[in-house]
Amino acid sequence: MFEQLKTSVLMVLIFSVVTGLAYPLAITGVAQLAFPKQAGGSLIMRDGTAVGSELIGQSFDAAEYFWGRPSATGPAPYNGGASGGSNLALGNPAQLDALRIRVAKLRAADPEQGAAVPLDLVTASGSGLDPHISPAAAAYQAARVARARGLPLEEVRGLVAAATEPPQWGLLGEARVNVLRLNLALDGRNDR
Amino acid sequence: MSVGEWTQVLLYVGVLLLCVRPLGAYMAAVYEGDAPRGVRFLAPFERLIYRACGVKAEVEMSWKQYAGAMLLLHVVGFVVLYGLQRLQGMLPLNPAGLGAISPDSSFNTAVSFVTNTNWQGYGGETTMSHLTQMAGLTTQNFLSAAAGMAMLVALIRGFVGRQTASVGNFWVDLTRSTLYILMPLSIVLALVLVWQGVVQTLDPYVTISPARSFFGADGGGVSEQRLALGPAASQIAIKQLGTNGGGFFNANSAHPFENPTPLSNFLQCLAILLIPAALCHTFGRMVRDTRQGWALLAAMTIVFIGFLGVGLWAESRPHPRAAEMGLSTSPVDGPIGNMEGKEVRFGVVNSVLWATATTAASNGSVNSMHDSFTPLGGLVPMVLMQLGEVIFGGVGSGLYGLLLFVLVTVFIAGLMVGRTPEYLGKKIEAFEMQMASIGVLVPCLCVLIGTAIAVMLPGIGASITNPLPHGFSQVLYAFSSAGNNNGSAFAGFGANTPAHNLLLGLAMLLARFWVAIPVLAIAGSLAGKKHVPASSGTLPTHTPLFIALLIGVVLIVGALTFVPALALGPIAEQVEMAGVK
Repeated sequence: MFEQLKTSVLMVLIFSVVTGLAYPLAITGVAQLAFPKQAGGSLIMRDGTAVGSELIGQSFDAAEYFWGRPSATGPAPYNGGASGGSNLALGNPAQLDALRIRVAKLRAADPEQGAAVPLDLVTASGSGLDPHISPAAAAYQAARVARARGLPLEEVRGLVAAATEPPQWGLLGEARVNVLRLNLALDGRNDR
Repeated sequence: MSVGEWTQVLLYVGVLLLCVRPLGAYMAAVYEGDAPRGVRFLAPFERLIYRACGVKAEVEMSWKQYAGAMLLLHVVGFVVLYGLQRLQGMLPLNPAGLGAISPDSSFNTAVSFVTNTNWQGYGGETTMSHLTQMAGLTTQNFLSAAAGMAMLVALIRGFVGRQTASVGNFWVDLTRSTLYILMPLSIVLALVLVWQGVVQTLDPYVTISPARSFFGADGGGVSEQRLALGPAASQIAIKQLGTNGGGFFNANSAHPFENPTPLSNFLQCLAILLIPAALCHTFGRMVRDTRQGWALLAAMTIVFIGFLGVGLWAESRPHPRAAEMGLSTSPVDGPIGNMEGKEVRFGVVNSVLWATATTAASNGSVNSMHDSFTPLGGLVPMVLMQLGEVIFGGVGSGLYGLLLFVLVTVFIAGLMVGRTPEYLGKKIEAFEMQMASIGVLVPCLCVLIGTAIAVMLPGIGASITNPLPHGFSQVLYAFSSAGNNNGSAFAGFGANTPAHNLLLGLAMLLARFWVAIPVLAIAGSLAGKKHVPASSGTLPTHTPLFIALLIGVVLIVGALTFVPALALGPIAEQVEMAGVK
């Protein structure tokens, strides 16, 4: 019995070193060498400062930017330090109210847009950090953004098309638009 | 569902089944001490571990010694993990300066990771230092998975053994599972995940300064964004492969740093079922009748596909209020189906596929928030857990759980024709049936009695965050998860209270060890028996008839036990929702 206990303690110690320290540190080392950008959070750099991550959404609500999905993180939306979803049930009155408010806000920002509201624009993502919207959600907002910026609609649509990623390898996942990249591209266009 | 979406489902099931044979054969070779040439360079490390720990690899154990060693490992693992959490404020590798974790939460988390449940009452990025995540949680991800695989191998030896007292050596099985199977697969998966964008760094966070122009006229945008980072990829790889499921970040595999692309999603989802599925073939090889393994795999796959179908149907229907609110109802206008709590890059299909896989296996990681699923969509993961985590199930534990159901099935079939039941040449007698019954029923008791106690506790209202009947589903889901060592949650449920931490912790302990120990007892009892050659009266256990019988027993035990509880939760909610429409 005592012998087995000694073995147990030694086993936990050895595997703590091998699987708990050597393994993650070795992976960290290789990752930093082979994929430094991804391992550090896929940051988007502008003039030496990180303005965002390709993988993490940011909060936009000015008319001249494309808006991302609602985010349920606290205390502020898109809090990259505390991820999470709303966890509201479909029939929860709080959820139905949130849907109505979001639809009303989109309609108020662009009263001329009569199309059905894309569902992803009014539902909170699971992480609260979703960087993407559906191509339909980008198309829905294109006219508003073009008007607010005084850009031709076709040009904005072109930027949307350029920021649209198809399913990976044409097969996996859904087509999507990276909102931060699209907005950065819009700003770049106006600067010129 | 579109053609592309059906293709993804078929591709997933297809690739999974294609991996079963090579990986299953490899694992059988490893456990029989005949590791393939490609990995023999690991043998010196294996011997070194034995020497350092005082393991005599050639000494075989009785089932009681085997169970004793397994329990001791878990006790020591628990003490270390509890200590790491309580002391993390004074220990190194804590760049974010996180303090000690409360005693009840530390107890719950230590139990949770030692029992391969990985229920998480805490949010990773706001609670755990890098040292706790790596040396504490990652280590237990490996060890709890390896222990599950070891116990399955012991049970298999019980079927194979001829009048012997021994079921193998726990330390050898544990070491081989880790060194030859979990470790190599984890290294490969972790690196692929980093390539796809999963973070792997010792920095605790990075501060983002959004470009000046992002501050809209109406105050839009944020002044700065702090992104939590950490050594995530290494932990995520083993969390999926070892059916652990505990996320590095609070949002688990919905977090873009934990699961950034559809490819990372596909591979993680594949990793969830990979080893549990392949172990069926390992079983077939080790009992020298591969048809037996394929039959069990077929039973698992059929039930999996059935539940997947229900989930896909429920979640991809348009929102019940869509027309009234002016939301998209056709694919031209935007996503249809239930997008609350789901990520755009995965969509409904990959979210449901994951939810089904993670609860069929006792994994419990999530890439979407199950709490926001439709009533029927949320019922699917709940039922898959309640069936006892035997549809693929945990690594090792899933298959040994299903083998308990196999014993029950041959017993019932034996009753029907009036013959002593046999399985793989071993007579199934009173002792085996008693142990199998305990193993099947204790998780059910944990779920139902745990739920009943929890809903009667004062203050439960503060933990429930959705109106009834969904609020009841949150409690039932929590205990279905803990009582079957899954670990996923209806995450709105406020589980991090002393009472819930204690109750759920007890459920996890009972569910793990009151199945594991009866399984080892069966292994010991069977190993001591003679082999009975099959006769014309023996029920063949690899036929479609037997597969159907087995599925029937699994579903009937589950339905008889849980339909009343489900009627108060998801079923009532579905009826109510159909009513308002």
